[in-house]
Amino acid sequence: MEWTDDGIVLGTRRHGESSAIVEVMTRDHGRHLGLVRGGSASRLRPLLQPGNVLRVVWRARLDEHLGNFTVDAINLRAGGLMIQAHAIYALTHLGTLLRLLPERDPHESVFSALDDILDHLDAPAIAAALIVRFELDLLSELGFGLDLASCAATGTLDDLIYVSPKSGRAVSREAGEAWRDKLLQLPAFLGGEIATPPSPAELEHGFALTGYFLARHALEPRGENLADARAHFIAAVMRAPAAA
Amino acid sequence: MPTAVAGPEIERLIQLLARLPGLGPRSARRAALHLIKKREQLMSPLASAMQVAIDKIVVCKTCGNIDTQNPCTVCIDTRRDQSVLVVVADVSDLWALERAHAINARYHVLGGTLSPLDGVGPQDLSIDALVARAHGEEVKEIILALNATVDGQTTAHYITDMLGGANVKVTRLAHGVPVGGELDYLDEGTLSAAIKQRTLF
Repeated sequence: MEWTDDGIVLGTRRHGESSAIVEVMTRDHGRHLGLVRGGSASRLRPLLQPGNVLRVVWRARLDEHLGNFTVDAINLRAGGLMIQAHAIYALTHLGTLLRLLPERDPHESVFSALDDILDHLDAPAIAAALIVRFELDLLSELGFGLDLASCAATGTLDDLIYVSPKSGRAVSREAGEAWRDKLLQLPAFLGGEIATPPSPAELEHGFALTGYFLARHALEPRGENLADARAHFIAAVMRAPAAA
Repeated sequence: MPTAVAGPEIERLIQLLARLPGLGPRSARRAALHLIKKREQLMSPLASAMQVAIDKIVVCKTCGNIDTQNPCTVCIDTRRDQSVLVVVADVSDLWALERAHAINARYHVLGGTLSPLDGVGPQDLSIDALVARAHGEEVKEIILALNATVDGQTTAHYITDMLGGANVKVTRLAHGVPVGGELDYLDEGTLSAAIKQRTLF
């Protein structure tokens, strides 16, 4: 068995004295692990840092085997990311989220979204908005997508500013006014392209929205909570000058 | 079917030696044979030294270093700068810094770095003890001497956040071009970090 794909490193674990087990998010083969021989050596260690994009060749005798990766660098971002607090917390948080997906299950859109976020980590507020959208997309990939296209009560497509915590559907300003204290806020940046950095309040509403549904649908059934890295990432983004 | 060429005691010795870092079954067999040949000059003193180490080695309750006394030799050395704490992931890092005579300060050994893939969280590391030490009156600076890996730097940022309430200066090791390093052969990550953290010349 053999395939070649692009992969974003999510984590590396030492194996024996010189090898490493590397976890990558690939474009066509989903989240995949493999053994990199010599992965603990100084030549390969810089390549196997989370956030780097590699060309990986996977080989194994049988499909169910762990298999061996041979790797080649495409885009080594980790060195630049690890000096910024929000970027490094984002890496940790995204890795934790991706581990909710089953191994070897292809999710090309998730790979593209992850690559896009990592490209924008120099702009904290834009990256944060992309991560909120990523969390929504991940919920959808897990089978718990929210319906934010039209109002659950009136069917209108305009002025959607709330989300029902019960149904996960959007609610318009007019229809939701009576229950505003019980509804989650729907930030405007989830409705279209993210051209300008959202305000800190919008980001808070976005993270509250996705955090609520991630906890309810994806984490609590597994006996888990939202990762500490997520809270640290949000705090670091709020501290960053661009979010002010 | 292979037959045993030595008694169970020797086989056991070989098996135990093969568990040491750097030794495989073949090299363990050679090491065992060497020890057996030098029974009086090497094997016996080694066994005694290991027994003494088992009896006396303790983990320092102040810094997490290993020594034969508690507090350790580093912690009770009054000639060291008491105002600086160097945070390292492991005892091997402490030994490396001491070998280099890099700094004459005290240390704090975390016992690893945060690693979600290995399931190592903040509660598994000696971070609470570090925060308590940072609130001590004599500590003015904390140097985060952690690996230039994503796990190492995640730990560094986490500790920086945890030390927010302490009145200390938090610094970390520079990232960049190593001595003898040629730019052409460096990875992009190191080059990018070196450019971002350039200093006045």
